[in-house]
Amino acid sequence: MASVVPVKEKKLMDVKLGELPSWILMRDFTPKGTAGAFQRGYYRYHNKYVNVKRGGVAMVLAAYMLFSYCPCYKELKHQRLCKYH
Amino acid sequence: MNENLFTSFITPTMVGIPIVLLIIMFPSILFPSPSRLIDNRLVSIQQWLVRLTSKQMLSIHSHKGQTWALMLMSLILFIGSTNLLGLLPHSFTPTTQLSMNLGMAIPLWAGTVATGFRYKTKASLAHFLPQGTPFPLIPMLVIIETISLFIQPVALAVRLTANITAGHLLIHLIGGATLTLTSISTITAFITLTVLVLLTILEFAVALIQAYVFTLLVSLYLHDNT
Repeated sequence: MASVVPVKEKKLMDVKLGELPSWILMRDFTPKGTAGAFQRGYYRYHNKYVNVKRGGVAMVLAAYMLFSYCPCYKELKHQRLCKYH
Repeated sequence: MNENLFTSFITPTMVGIPIVLLIIMFPSILFPSPSRLIDNRLVSIQQWLVRLTSKQMLSIHSHKGQTWALMLMSLILFIGSTNLLGLLPHSFTPTTQLSMNLGMAIPLWAGTVATGFRYKTKASLAHFLPQGTPFPLIPMLVIIETISLFIQPVALAVRLTANITAGHLLIHLIGGATLTLTSISTITAFITLTVLVLLTILEFAVALIQAYVFTLLVSLYLHDNT
């Protein structure tokens, strides 16, 4: 499973399945690296969906609604449709 | 039903981790910073709104008061967006917590009072006595004005908390009533549904109005003191 290009510098789509654990372990897990990863991810989404001429935040709001359902799940569990409560 | 009514106001925790901070910081994502001369329509609309509001709100202030422009505009944007986001289903509204509103109201009010005392001490002290009061009434009136001064931050915070909490509670109650009435009597359920729709429109208005009132009062206290 040796490859010509070192595993660390490959993009995720080019990494072979067997090399995946070593690729994950080689990522930069320092605080600065993690912050950089979040920043890159945010700007990828922002520039693709929000920062365009007719972009919007509708998807963000929908995701926020779904996300905020999770903490409420415990209180809403008994409102499920069933014959006997 | 009794327990459910107030559970939407508890601070949300997910698998034991409080995510309140994330929820408070979430509205900032919805206001992207303008990077071009002419941006996308979201940023253009926000820029237009901010210019409109700031012109209207800061026109009454002197030069010293206008240094508070950034603070007041970010205040109204924050409270407005937080209140509006709270109208989405299942979402948590930080402004329903008295702790947060006190944390916003007390420092701002104290800032305006401190500015007044520092730069215009005599005029600030003179505010404790309205003009033209009869001489025997002066001690009592000074006490009353002091109390009314100290009640300003509490009133700011409690007004915002109570309005938003009451609106959310009404929506919960009337929505629950509508649901249970559908199996009992459809006409009554329809009437209740109409009430719910009107209430939701009111809540949208209240969300924005409360933000405006909060900021307006802070700017008013500022105007008194600069």
